[in-house]
Amino acid sequence: MKTFIRKMFYGDYGEEKNNAAESNSTNASKNEWPLWEVFIRSKQGLDHKHVGSLHAADAVMALENARDVYTRRGEGVSIWLVESKNIHASNPDDSAALFEPANDKIYRHPSFYELPDELKHM
Amino acid sequence: METSLEEQFQQKIDQEHKIEPKDWMPDKYRQTLIRQISQHAHSEVVGMLPEGNWITRAPSLRRKAILLAKIQDEAGHGLYLYSAAETLGISRDEMYHQLHSGKAKYSSIFNYPTLTWADMGAIGWLVDGAAIMNQVPLCRTSFGPYARAMVRVCKEESFHQRQGFESLWVLSKGTDEQKRMCQDAIDRWWWPCLMMFGPPDDESTNTIQSMQWKIKRFSNDALRQKFVDMIAEQIKILGMKLPDPDLKWNEEKKHYDYGKINWDEFWQVLKGNGPCNKERLDARRKAWDEGAWVREAASAYAEKKHTNQLNNSNKVYENVH
Repeated sequence: MKTFIRKMFYGDYGEEKNNAAESNSTNASKNEWPLWEVFIRSKQGLDHKHVGSLHAADAVMALENARDVYTRRGEGVSIWLVESKNIHASNPDDSAALFEPANDKIYRHPSFYELPDELKHM
Repeated sequence: METSLEEQFQQKIDQEHKIEPKDWMPDKYRQTLIRQISQHAHSEVVGMLPEGNWITRAPSLRRKAILLAKIQDEAGHGLYLYSAAETLGISRDEMYHQLHSGKAKYSSIFNYPTLTWADMGAIGWLVDGAAIMNQVPLCRTSFGPYARAMVRVCKEESFHQRQGFESLWVLSKGTDEQKRMCQDAIDRWWWPCLMMFGPPDDESTNTIQSMQWKIKRFSNDALRQKFVDMIAEQIKILGMKLPDPDLKWNEEKKHYDYGKINWDEFWQVLKGNGPCNKERLDARRKAWDEGAWVREAASAYAEKKHTNQLNNSNKVYENVH
């Protein structure tokens, strides 16, 4: 069923014809520059952290754009870029099988062990 | 008892779990977000146009540098938001196409003209002020990538509002002509800013669903009231007046009452009949069309470099063997 939404709220202004989200939303254009994921190290000693993504024709352009977009206010001292198609991710549907086994091994946590009160600093 | 995917989804939302791109979500949730985030992105991008008008005419180098920085931020905000929308499965080009074909909307505030320098101050203080009021709750919206994008946007937006107020404050202490210019800008931007919050709650049909999904956390009217209360106080510092004879403090409600908003004007502008709708879209299309050769050249260059690299590594291979 198609719905025509007109009355909206901030950041969502509705549309006249039909739902924009419904049209060809899956076929990425062939002319589109590749997508890159951007990771920033905010200061020496910390990990690089994912901050977002951007399109760029090649790695050099991706680096320049990442600098301009994600570090305009001293947010970073180092940038990593990975073309998005090279990222392999776990599937949320497999979460139970993947991560559940960790939950029933409570002996892996230090709080599992009952120790005498006299024992300090362990 | 089996719970449906939709029920599980709502439970996650109710427990304040964020939804991430690969999680199951109802189609309608996905569509609502694609539409809202992409239109939010379009607003940032089109929002650069009324200000770009004044870069070369800024009254000082200081103001020019500030304006440039603000506009650059807006390009960045558009990009954060487009990226967030892309995680839902729509391509960037498709979103651009929707904007350029007039299918997707953007905030109607940017279809008003910027007639004097004071408009730069009024946009920062009032337009960005209204945007912040809306955007702060969006930092807690239920879709992870949208919430994360909004956190970055809000951090940067604060400077936009402050520089706007400062700019008007300087004018309000200036010559009679500067004071008149300041008041005139406030007069023209006030009502369109109130419209930015969207139609009144009893007409906003999607609010209930969006609140249930925690895309949205406050109603249009609640945010609008907050904005009026804030600005009605701040304008006293400027020594200016808001163009609303009905504006007055209501001791019982502990809020300011305000006059009737002209919703006909809002719907007209949204439909494309505002003062600058055509100009804005024409400018966007022109930029896109005239940038085509740059996009193609960059792709061709990247392709060529890639091929050369492959050839070189083949040569190395041959030399070794």
